[in-house]
Amino acid sequence: MTRFVLHRIGFYVLIAVLLAFFTVPLLWLASAPFTSDPTYQVRLPDFTSENFRAILDNPYALGSLWNSVVLAAGTAVLVVVFAALAAYALSRVRLPGRDALLYTLLLLSSIITGTAAMVPLFQLAVELHLIDSQLGLILIMTGGLLPAAIFMMKDFMDSTPKSYEESARVFGASPLQIVRHVVVPLVRPGLATIAVWAVANVWGNFLMPYLLLSDVEKQPAAVIMYTLYTEGGQANIKLLATFGLLYSVPVVLMYLFVSKKYGFRFHGGIKR
Amino acid sequence: MAQATLPPEVLDDAKARRYSADAAGLGRLRAGAFVAPALALISLFLVFPALWVLYLGLSNYRLTGAAAAAPQSVGFDNFVKALTDPEFWNSTWLTFEFVLGSAVIGQVVLGFLLAWIMRDRTGPLKRIVEGLVILAWILPSAVVSFLWVALLDRDDGTLNTLLHSQDFAPLLDHPMLSIIVFNTWRGAAFSMMLYGAALGNVPPSHLESARLAGASGWQQLRDVVFPHIRGHVLTNLLLISLWTFNDFTPFLLTAGGPDGKTEVLAVHVYQVALQGGELGYGAAVSTVILLINLVVAVFYLRLLRSKK
Amino acid sequence: MSAIELRGLTKVYPGGVKALDSLDLAIPDGEFFALLGPSGCGKTTLLRTIAGLETATGGAVVIGDRDVTGLQPGARDIAMVFQDYALFPHMNVTDNIAYPLRIKKVGKAARQQKAAEVGARLGLEQLMDRRPGQLSGGQQQRVALARVMATQAQAFLFDEPLSNLDARLRLEARTFLKKLQHELGVTTVFVTHDQAEALAMADRMAVMESGHIRQIGTPAEVFQRPANTFVAGFIGSTPMNLLDGVVRGDTLEVSGCKLAVPQSAEGLLHDGEKIVYGVRPEYNVYSAGPVDGSLGGNVSIVENLGASYLVTLDVNGVLVQAVVPEGHEPLIGDEGYALPRRDRALIYRDGELVPA
Repeated sequence: MTRFVLHRIGFYVLIAVLLAFFTVPLLWLASAPFTSDPTYQVRLPDFTSENFRAILDNPYALGSLWNSVVLAAGTAVLVVVFAALAAYALSRVRLPGRDALLYTLLLLSSIITGTAAMVPLFQLAVELHLIDSQLGLILIMTGGLLPAAIFMMKDFMDSTPKSYEESARVFGASPLQIVRHVVVPLVRPGLATIAVWAVANVWGNFLMPYLLLSDVEKQPAAVIMYTLYTEGGQANIKLLATFGLLYSVPVVLMYLFVSKKYGFRFHGGIKR
Repeated sequence: MAQATLPPEVLDDAKARRYSADAAGLGRLRAGAFVAPALALISLFLVFPALWVLYLGLSNYRLTGAAAAAPQSVGFDNFVKALTDPEFWNSTWLTFEFVLGSAVIGQVVLGFLLAWIMRDRTGPLKRIVEGLVILAWILPSAVVSFLWVALLDRDDGTLNTLLHSQDFAPLLDHPMLSIIVFNTWRGAAFSMMLYGAALGNVPPSHLESARLAGASGWQQLRDVVFPHIRGHVLTNLLLISLWTFNDFTPFLLTAGGPDGKTEVLAVHVYQVALQGGELGYGAAVSTVILLINLVVAVFYLRLLRSKK
Repeated sequence: MSAIELRGLTKVYPGGVKALDSLDLAIPDGEFFALLGPSGCGKTTLLRTIAGLETATGGAVVIGDRDVTGLQPGARDIAMVFQDYALFPHMNVTDNIAYPLRIKKVGKAARQQKAAEVGARLGLEQLMDRRPGQLSGGQQQRVALARVMATQAQAFLFDEPLSNLDARLRLEARTFLKKLQHELGVTTVFVTHDQAEALAMADRMAVMESGHIRQIGTPAEVFQRPANTFVAGFIGSTPMNLLDGVVRGDTLEVSGCKLAVPQSAEGLLHDGEKIVYGVRPEYNVYSAGPVDGSLGGNVSIVENLGASYLVTLDVNGVLVQAVVPEGHEPLIGDEGYALPRRDRALIYRDGELVPA
């Protein structure tokens, strides 16, 4: 009996320690935005909304959030459209060399990371005059995300029965009609998953925009956030707290949406 | 119905090729057109850079100066320079410490521990713990990095408050340990979810028969659970090692400092090539990173194939 | 409505597997025709080749008076019900039924009216706004049929139309399908692996084995006079007894018993030749005492078939089955005698029926 009690106590101590480990670093983000004159220290908030003025006062804060939206939306649209087209063709048509291509794609997506490719990507962007171009950055990030997206999307297409398309085909629908009337509605959940995954990736990406966008007006929130706490002089803690919170909220909302709607299917990393 | 039809042999291919037999009647030509835009982007922004990095590694390319205008081939000089450079070996060693400490030990152990103690729980406690762990994983890296900078701050960081200590500055005094703990905190969610899924696949009847045979908790873990999740452990190890190896987030916490004590390879490449302008030398280091990635990825894909 | 004709139809898959081997088949206008065979025999490939979902490697498919071999499925003027019905999950019943008309660019009002008409005919009035996911298996099947009817195609193709229904519903659907086909009078080809289904529904049927048609005929012909031992073994809810024997003068010697030559083979056998003697358990008359010209042995198994019993006799080491009416079933170990009906027993030489 005592053994059992000790066991219980040990268990709850362990839970408490783990909870503390994961909670303490996050407390600041929850409290500081609503505390008057915040410092690095976590204090009980007095629920002021005064700090949010700092965002309006900063010339780049709101703009950078908008830039993040543009980059994330642009990349997500390109990734979803191109990945869906490619995955559909690869799933349904026996193209020569298909299996080798898929294997290569999977390999490429895992070995050519931003870290390994930052030098040539930077140089490529210089040569193609894509430095300080949001479109250029979108294209580069799309290229990086596509292999994994095609792979996930093909998995999804493969698990969709072909009889729907065949049925439409017997009724005389053209290939493009079939794609429009049948395939797209059928795989909509898959398209949504890929879109969310792409948005989450771009939203948090720091390295690529840091590397390729030097114009402050064009930089996304990730880079502005970093600049805010590393630039010389006294850091503007009000701004850091509220801006950090605002920048984080969309990710959390998106996570809640996905886990509610699709039960957060385990895809080997919805982020990274 | 009396009209003559050709004998079967003559009909063969000409007729069969007139249309395609895939489900939607797409045909190879249209299928090719569907794949083309994706392949073009991947080739230009993923495959080409990887090949370009090999070429760069063999040149004396610099961001500015004479070599920028007319880069020349310098053979394996960059590689020789890297392999004889103590800074490169220092970075490699730091990367090894970082991957071993935060991924192989930190995330795997913490992730498994979380999955194990939460395995047959339901209700709010499980949702709170999992929610917080996942939150650490999904928040933007720039935000969590700053949260840790604030937490570990020398003057009024929360850690100092909690420990009732003063002037304790982990990022300066124990920089490597700091980023290891940080990355363990940051990435444990993935391992937790993977092990959670794996533990869910252990048939309850196996655990029950072990319990009936009088096995202790540890024996159950060793004899029943581990054999079932061995494949997942390996998958998990390879993936998180690969990701941690390529992780640039330490830069956001310490920028490689102080005194290069946290300059892992990812940060080293940035410092040398993009801050220092030595693109050729940076490319040689990138090539080494690519090769290491390749080895890990091939292992991983082998593992995936053997599972199928 | 049109006849369907196949001439030398061949399908070879990449890799060399011959799924259809030079098939000839003529299905007259308005017939309900079954393609029957074990899995992997090529019956589904044949149906899909008629539809155009598989391309023929050789030979021709003729529908009506058009050679459609090189035409897209949509240009063949046929309609198909798939095994899983392939109802579009994102469309309601009306839109599903009206889909073929949408492709044919029929106006929205006209096609909805047509869908309502066909739906009403199949008793779907109450369900027209539902999605397929909200329907039972039987209802889904009727929607699939309605969609096919709405096309007014020259011929219908059904791929295993009953296999997705549970056993009880299947009998009901069988009757319903047969009645519907007769009312519509549209040439219909259906695929099934269930011989009882083919016998019950089809006007005529083809029994297939590994890419070949082994017999074409009405259900009665195929049941009473299977053309070869494969068909004999495949057709019938209890398989036919196929016993090795030798001709001895004007009698037969089958596993130590002396049997009379069946009527159909009289005068066609040669002394001393080896044959296979076939008789359905239903055509074996069972008795407990010895009878001349019967197969005698000991009862080894008795199975209840409901209103009758299937008795298995061990006749000198060979198993022979007979159907015994209820109330007359023997006990295991009893002596028993099975007398084949001379007008129903069959002789196979080299696996083929005598006379062919």
